Formats: sequence, structure tokens, C-alpha cells
Amino acid sequence: MNGPLLFLPLIPLLPFAGFLVNGILGRRLPKALVTFVGLTAPFASFASVAHDAWLAWSGGLNLPVIEPDAPAWISAGAFHVDFGSVLDPLSLVMLLIVTGVGFLIHIYSVGYMNDDPGYARYFSYLNLFLFFMTVLVQAGNVLMMFVGWEGVGLASYLLIGFWFQKTSAASAGMKAFVVNRIGDFGFLIGIFLLLSQFGTLTFTDIAAQLDANPALQGGIITAISICLLVGATGKSAQLPLYVWLPDAMEGPTPVSALIHAATMVTAGVYMIARTHFLFGRSPFALTMVAIVGTATALFAATIALVQTDIKRVLAYSTISQLGYMFLGCGVAAYSAAIFHLMTHAFFKALLFLAAGSVIHGLGGEQDMRRMGGLKRYMPVTYWTMTVAVFAIAGFPPLAAFFSKDAILSAAFMAGTSGKVFWFVGLVTAMLTSFYMFRLWYLTFQGERRMTHEEHGAAMHARADTKLVLEAEHEPHESPWSMLGPLVILAVLSIVGGWIGAGRFGAYLAPSVGTGSAESANSTLEWTLTGLAVAVAALGWWIADRMYRVRPEAPDRVAASMSGLYKLLSHKYWVDELYQTVIVKPLLAMSRFFLEWVVDVAILGGAAWLLGGIASLGGAILQRWQSGNLRSYAAWLAAAAAVLLIIMLLPELLGANGIDIKWAGH
Amino acid sequence: MIPISWYLLLSATLFCLGVVGFLIKRNLITVFMSIELMLNGVNLSFVAFAHQWHLVKGQIFVFFVMVVAAAEAAVGLAIIIAVFRARSTLAVDRIDLMKL
Repeated sequence: MNGPLLFLPLIPLLPFAGFLVNGILGRRLPKALVTFVGLTAPFASFASVAHDAWLAWSGGLNLPVIEPDAPAWISAGAFHVDFGSVLDPLSLVMLLIVTGVGFLIHIYSVGYMNDDPGYARYFSYLNLFLFFMTVLVQAGNVLMMFVGWEGVGLASYLLIGFWFQKTSAASAGMKAFVVNRIGDFGFLIGIFLLLSQFGTLTFTDIAAQLDANPALQGGIITAISICLLVGATGKSAQLPLYVWLPDAMEGPTPVSALIHAATMVTAGVYMIARTHFLFGRSPFALTMVAIVGTATALFAATIALVQTDIKRVLAYSTISQLGYMFLGCGVAAYSAAIFHLMTHAFFKALLFLAAGSVIHGLGGEQDMRRMGGLKRYMPVTYWTMTVAVFAIAGFPPLAAFFSKDAILSAAFMAGTSGKVFWFVGLVTAMLTSFYMFRLWYLTFQGERRMTHEEHGAAMHARADTKLVLEAEHEPHESPWSMLGPLVILAVLSIVGGWIGAGRFGAYLAPSVGTGSAESANSTLEWTLTGLAVAVAALGWWIADRMYRVRPEAPDRVAASMSGLYKLLSHKYWVDELYQTVIVKPLLAMSRFFLEWVVDVAILGGAAWLLGGIASLGGAILQRWQSGNLRSYAAWLAAAAAVLLIIMLLPELLGANGIDIKWAGH
Repeated sequence: MIPISWYLLLSATLFCLGVVGFLIKRNLITVFMSIELMLNGVNLSFVAFAHQWHLVKGQIFVFFVMVVAAAEAAVGLAIIIAVFRARSTLAVDRIDLMKL
């Protein structure tokens, strides 16, 4: 390859090597070596990405880099797929997030998983995840992306079910995998349609073909886009396939931070941004993306209002924030969506890691009603969490203020329907601010609600998760291997948005285009921004009234609107609905099919049929076996006579008559 | 000169007599003799054709058949004696141990 060394193949392969070493030898290696391997692989990967980013930034490298002669993977007739990777601003940003945040969470995991017997297994899975995620991001064609896509699903499954002795964790892993398969099916159909329409799966070739045919619009393109959207809703936990993400919180908290908040679940957003040239040709599909995103954002935010499990609040918040990103994609503001993806990766990873620190400090307690007053015991966690809460609520000058504002103003600019999206987004922003401050107040402020005995009891109750710590009865601050990443992420959550949506958009423009050409005038821009900050403050104010000033208020409000409260705390009964409408009939049908159709009809039937043929044949052939020598001879003679007749019949009937000269001359 | 068709008719007659004897006779030795009759019927047609076409091959075949028939007679008679010793009968209908 000409030009500077980019180490592109190394970025995914190093974590893969880490996975192999820790996965195969991990149990026999000393723990320090496992840690070393587990941390070196993602760090080296991050260093390669940082090196490439520095080259690109300092002008030593012209983006995008597309490997022209990558080794072939599949070559059958006209169909050709190679291992090519693509490095453009979009994938570079994404790689920086994945490997950077990924590395921080690896460090955090060293502290968090310190006492777990599956330490090496945990790190090998985490490295495997990084391998597949970087494959997904770097992929130069849809099929490679699909490989990474399926691979991160596998890693996610393995890590959700990491504590597989717990039935709930094992079934949560299965749920995630099965729900994702539904989305993957849509993605796969989309790939087939792409192949039949364009004859190639390489992103640049498809984009070039679309450029060459400006008339190609709607129709098949809409079908492809909708299929890809179905795939994205599965992986990115959007309506109606979001149900797996809250359950995915059964996994270790760093996993929730890395996979189910910062990186993997954003793959759907990344995929839509990567294939934006398709969505750009189909306004209908784009509107669908916006509708799905907006609906999910509001829906998940309302559920998050009443959850009591600290990780579930964050899970629904993640779904809601992913909805914002979809909204951004849906109004063709891809750069704003990716911008929010980046800032969200920082502050949501921070939120999860801080929540993990709280859970760790309390010996496994996740119920916010039993926390409170932790500010005194965990100052570093408290302050970093505070940064994250203000960041996600959208207060300036923290990260999400810039990115959420970019998405909302892009939505406002996008025609009449955009106004609706904008309004729903604004309401969601208020809800977001409320539930995040609710979490903040319940966890860190006020009085301690957990007694010493309860603390000990919680530790024992969670003993199966191997999260038991030293026998200490005070909540305690976490070790610095956990606090270090928190501080770094807190800094990133503060400064991450300062680059500004405009400059970020300009940087991404070569990858995703400039998006909506219409831009707001400055007065309107400032009004929108002011409104966004105002609703965030309103959310804070309500949370403050309810959870600090009058702590008895929440119960009263819940009682006065018991129907609504029930609806929300049962998450709209969606799980129950899916259970009755889809899961149970499907299970019943599968059972019926397995037991009656496959087992009885096909397998049993085949056995009966074969046995029946054999015994029937035996019963018939038995008649020949008379033991009578003369009857055997008679059959022999008869057969010989039949053969003779068959041989001679054509001769006898033929026009030439019989060849043998009967007369002797 | 006697036409070949006469020889062939005689040969076919002998063969058919052999077949019929094989099928209807009960005594094992008679059955055995019927087989010899069939073989000799075939031999006769071999010789007749050899004479007709002035080819010696047919006669060579006859010698082969006679050698094989002699060997078969030796083995066959030995089996018959063994059967008779074991079952004290030579009626084929009663030698039916192979029946299911």
C-alpha cells in the first residue's frame, strides 16, 4: 500500500488476538497477565486509530482511504466481496469513540470485575466485542458490516448472560439475541435487495451508481431503506424492537456502559448514516426513521420517569437518546446524529460507570429507593455523575447541549412534520431532565435510606453475582481503576460538545453530505436554544420540588394518577403484550410443530413407513420361500422363458423375420 | 442330408423333457437325471451347429459341458447320498428345511 502506514487491519485484529489469548489460555494465566493482555489489545487498537486520526488531522493523509486491492473474500462470477475497509471522517470518528471509550471501560472493568471468577472470560468477551465492533465500523461493504453486526450481537449475548448461573441473566441474553435476529432478518433482506438492484455491496460503488442514475428514486430504494431501518431498530433498540435493551442490564455494568449504551446500540445510527445515500433517495423511508426515532424517544422517556432500578432508568434513557439520533437521521441531519452519538457515548458511558460505582460501593444494591445521601461517601462518583446528569439534561456548556440542540433545530427546519418532531423532542428533553435529576436526587442527595443491616443483607442477597466485597458495612468509594475512567469521561462530557455542531458537520460532510441545506437565522437559532435550556431547567425544577423540597410528593402524585402511574411502571405492558401476542403463540406453535409434526408425523411416520414397507415386503416375499425345490425351479424356468420371449419378441415381430436359416442351405 | 432343423427340434424336445421332468418328478435322482437330459439336449444343438457351419468351436463347447456335467454328477450324487443318510428319503417335497 502506498502512502503512510495506517495499521488498518491491526485495529480489529489486535483485540481479536487478545480474545484468543485470554479465551484459550486465560484460566491458566496469572491474573496480572490476563489484565495486561486484556488492556494492551484495546489500547494498541486505540493507539492505531489515534495515529491515523493524527495523520489525517495534520494533513499527512487524505480521507477517505479506501483500500483498492483488498484481498478477496467471496468471488463468484460477477459477485465480488472483499475484505476492504474504509477510513473516512465518519468511520474515523466512530473508531475513536469505540476504541477510546472501549479502552476506558476496559480499565474500569479491572476494578469492577476484580473479584469475579470469570475474570479472564470477561476480558476475552470484551475484546471479542471490540474486534467485531471495529469490523462493523471499518467495513467497506455491507456484507463485512453484517459480519461485524452479527458479531457484536454475539458478544452482547455472551456478556448479558455473563453470569449465566442466574436464570434471569441467561434468559435476558437469549431475549436480546432473538429480538436482534428479527431486526437482522430485515437487514439481510435489505442486503439481498441491494445486491439484486446494484450487483455490488461496496458502499462507494453503490453511491457511485446512485450518482449516475439521478432518476432512481423511491420504489426499490424505499424497500431497501425500510429493510435497513428494520435492522437498525433491532440493534439500536427502537420501537418496536427495543424490549431487549432494558433486560440487557442483567449483564455486568461496564458491559451496559460499553455495549448497551456507548457503542453497539449506536450501530444502527451508524449504519443509517453510512447508507445515507439510499435514505436520501427515499423521503418516505426518511420520514419513517424520524417517526420511529421521535416515538421511541418520547415512549422510553415516559417509562424512565417511574423506574426504580438505577440501571433501568439509564437503559430507558439510552433508548430515548437513541431515538434522538434516529430523529436526527430522519431529518437528514446525519452529522448532528453522529455528533449526538459521540457526546452520548461520553456521558452515557459515564452515567453507567458512575451507576456501576454506586452499585459496587453498595455491594450490589440497584434500587434507588434504598440509596440516598451517597454524596458524602462517594465524592468522586458524585461529582462525575453530576457532570453527566447536567450533560444529558442539556445544560450549557456541557456536551449534550450542543448535540441535542443541533438535532432539535435541524428537526425544526425540516418542514411541517419537522415541527411536530421538534415539539415531541422538546417534551422529551424536559422528561429527560426530570428523570435524570430524579435519579440524581434519589441516589446522592437527601438522607441515607439504607441501614447497616440492610447493606449487609443486600451484599448477601447478591452473592450469586459474585459482587460481594470486603465485609465493610459503610458505602465506600470505588478504587481508582474505576474512578480514573470516570474522571476522563467527565472531562469528555464537558468538552466533548465544544467543537460545535457546525464544525463537526463540516468535518463529516465528505462522508454524510451537508444534510438539510436550509439553516436557521440566528434569532430563531437562539430562541430554539433558549427553549431547550428552559425545558431542561423546568425538568430540574420539577424534580427538585418533588424529590428534595417535598419528598412525600412523588407518592401523592403517583396515587392521584394511579392509572397513568401503573401504565408507566409496567412499561405500557409491552413485554406482557409481546408475551401473549407473539411469544406464547409462537412457543405453542413451535411445540406443536416439534412434538406433533416433526416428532410424530415426520420422524415417527418415517420410522413406521420404513418398518411397514419392510414387513409388508417380507410378508409377501415369504410366500416364495416355500422350501419346495420344484417351485423354485418352476420360478426359474418361468423367468427363463420370460427372458427368452423378451429377447426374441422383437425378432419375431420384426420385418426381417427370423435370422436363423431353418433350412440347411 | 438331414436338415439342421430336425436336430434342433430333437434338441429342444430333449431340453423340454428335461425341464418337465425336473418340475414334476419327486425323486431326487430322477430330478438329477432330468438335469443331465437338459444338458445333453443343449449339447446336441451345439454339435448340430458345429456340423452345419463347419466350426470346431461348438464341439469344444460340448466337451466342456461334458466335463462340467461329470463333475456336477460326482458332487451331486455325493450330496444326494448325504441327504438320504440324513433324512432317509429322496422325495424333494419333504426336503424343505429352508422353508420359513
